[in-house]
Amino acid sequence: MEKSVVFNNRLLPYLLLVPQLIITFVFFYWPASQAVWQSFLREDAFGLHSEFVGLENYQSLFADPSYYKSMLTTVIFSSLVAALSLSIALLFATQADKNLKAAGGYKTLMIWPYAVAPAVAGVLWIFMFHPTLGTLARPLRWMNFDWNPLLNGNHAMALVVMAAVWKQISYNFLFFLAGLQSIPKSVLEAGAIDGAGPMRRFWTITFPLLSPTTFFLLVVNVVYVFFDTFGIIDAVTGGGPAGATTTMVYKVFADGRLGGDLGGSAAQSVILMVIVIALTAIQFKYVERKVQY
Amino acid sequence: MALRQFGAAAAVTVALAFATPAYALTEIQWWHAMSGGNNDIVNKLAAEFNASQSDYKVVPTFKGSYPDTMNAGIAAFRAGNAPHIMQVFEVGTATMMSATGAIKPVYQLMKDAGEPFDPKAYLPTITGYYSTSKGDMLSFPFNSSSMVMWINKDELKKAGIAEIPKTWPEVFAAAKKLKAAGHETCGFSNAWASWAHIEQFSAWHNVPIGTKANGLDGFDTVLTFNSPLHVKHLQNLIDLQKDKTYDYSGRENKSEARFGSGECAIFLTSSGYYATAKSTAKFDFTSAPMPYYPDAAGAPQNSIIGGASLWVMGGKKPDEYKGVAKFFTFLSDTNRQAKLHQESGYLPITKAAYEKTKADGFYEKNPVPETPLKELTNKEPTENSRGLRFGNMVQMRDVWAEQIEAALAGQKTAQQALDEAVAKGNAMLRTFEKTAK
Repeated sequence: MEKSVVFNNRLLPYLLLVPQLIITFVFFYWPASQAVWQSFLREDAFGLHSEFVGLENYQSLFADPSYYKSMLTTVIFSSLVAALSLSIALLFATQADKNLKAAGGYKTLMIWPYAVAPAVAGVLWIFMFHPTLGTLARPLRWMNFDWNPLLNGNHAMALVVMAAVWKQISYNFLFFLAGLQSIPKSVLEAGAIDGAGPMRRFWTITFPLLSPTTFFLLVVNVVYVFFDTFGIIDAVTGGGPAGATTTMVYKVFADGRLGGDLGGSAAQSVILMVIVIALTAIQFKYVERKVQY
Repeated sequence: MALRQFGAAAAVTVALAFATPAYALTEIQWWHAMSGGNNDIVNKLAAEFNASQSDYKVVPTFKGSYPDTMNAGIAAFRAGNAPHIMQVFEVGTATMMSATGAIKPVYQLMKDAGEPFDPKAYLPTITGYYSTSKGDMLSFPFNSSSMVMWINKDELKKAGIAEIPKTWPEVFAAAKKLKAAGHETCGFSNAWASWAHIEQFSAWHNVPIGTKANGLDGFDTVLTFNSPLHVKHLQNLIDLQKDKTYDYSGRENKSEARFGSGECAIFLTSSGYYATAKSTAKFDFTSAPMPYYPDAAGAPQNSIIGGASLWVMGGKKPDEYKGVAKFFTFLSDTNRQAKLHQESGYLPITKAAYEKTKADGFYEKNPVPETPLKELTNKEPTENSRGLRFGNMVQMRDVWAEQIEAALAGQKTAQQALDEAVAKGNAMLRTFEKTAK
């Protein structure tokens, strides 16, 4: 007699998968396929005329130097934001992990910025660093530093990077802290007994044990800078000056929503989607090998 | 985004369905972008209209900024749920115009409804913007403004400048004096970069922004604002930016506070800044016409308008259109328009309202609101100063401003920047032309 532990019912496993599949289909495949379809169309804002134009939207995109410029801007912006938000959050988390008296309050305060909407965060930074309105811009000018994000592209970039980093630190902090607290104290104590200093203990024990968290955060942060930052850029610089802060996702937003060029915007979002899928695949294929679970 | 807006629209619809008992009233939805004090004015207008008759009810709904309102309206139209009246800012005009079938032209609306309507009663510099080349009015002008030069009289006096500068060379000279007298970070400045230095500049100097009467006569227009006069002006600004005799203030009007705080004593921005100026400036100020180059033939010509107009959406019932037409007649009433102009600082849209305000002696006590009117009616509009109508204008303005910024930051010469702004703009016009057939 054959005894099987597998499901005999052929339908049941599929049935159990259905809710998940429906959700994935409705919230991912359907909109994504819409975007792909729309990228082959030329349509006016009201949707009165639409015409199939094949790859024309892609061709005009790749013939446009400003699109390559936005790619470069994206690379600079996303590496700065990911690197800074991860390292600063890690620094804060290690401090919070120590036996602080007011740790609870400190943690709560650290998590707050995450609850702020991106556009609101942007406006907050304008109030600090707008050359005229800014409360912190005036002292900079008094110190004879010609702070001018309205004309100086580097200043504008610094401003949006700060805003985007500030917004993301809380999230990273939360995960790093959880990761740190799950590291067995005994291992660290053993290290200390063996005479390893705090820095050495951190780099040889804590950091490697944190690598799954770091890897997860890296993926999440890359997705964040690629897709979630247009609100900040729109509020702080509007993509300027002279396109210095126009990242790829901001260009999608500006061309599609503000400019009404739906086909071109859809083509850009398809390209963006491909890039992020590729980046994530690379991360899982190559970076994940260095992760120790 | 569209989904969320749809959700919001649906929620509003449901709320309204429950809030209003089943009158025999015909409801007219009016989506607008007027916030703060202007929102109150809009609500008051609707309430007055509703009280004045018993057949129609105008329901105003605030939809956010100008682009937000326009996008909400477009999304609602695509979902088959558009409002009757939609307020659209002037740069959205070409998009609305090209949407044949999505809109109901105002001249047609008034004719169908049998409402008395004389397009000549309205200020031609305003309606020119919203009319076809044949003079058919497509949308109803509601809030219009123009660009003026705001002057801090106290600071000018302190710097020893006896007269308000009239020409650009005089402005440059005054700015240098102001700078020497302590305004180190700003001799003069402006908001709305491309509106000031391309759009208004061209009309005021009677030079074209593009062919086909700046696009009013057809979408197959080509941009031409890289003329020697434009290049000369931008080059002057580049030179003056180096030591902040001129200091760039961004694309929008966030930096108007530079005037209110006293940092910039000469500042070009919309005449609609009046209400804010009144409440924030702690010095003696006034407004003056925009400066011009005296060696440019025909300058100053007349300025063009900014602000927004009301578009009537297509596909509604005849009875509803009748209500909309009645509402427009109500808005055109001379006394109402004159009051609206004096309260809000927006331009009066009819000639009669302007004449009445003048006859009442309003400008003798408040000369500032008359400046934009003087500019608009300075001369009979020409092909170059009737207005402008370019497709993709919202996006194109940003592209133009990008080039101005690159030039002012020293990355490009004036000629390079304007050539590129024209080339990029033309490419966008060709795309628009294809979609707007």
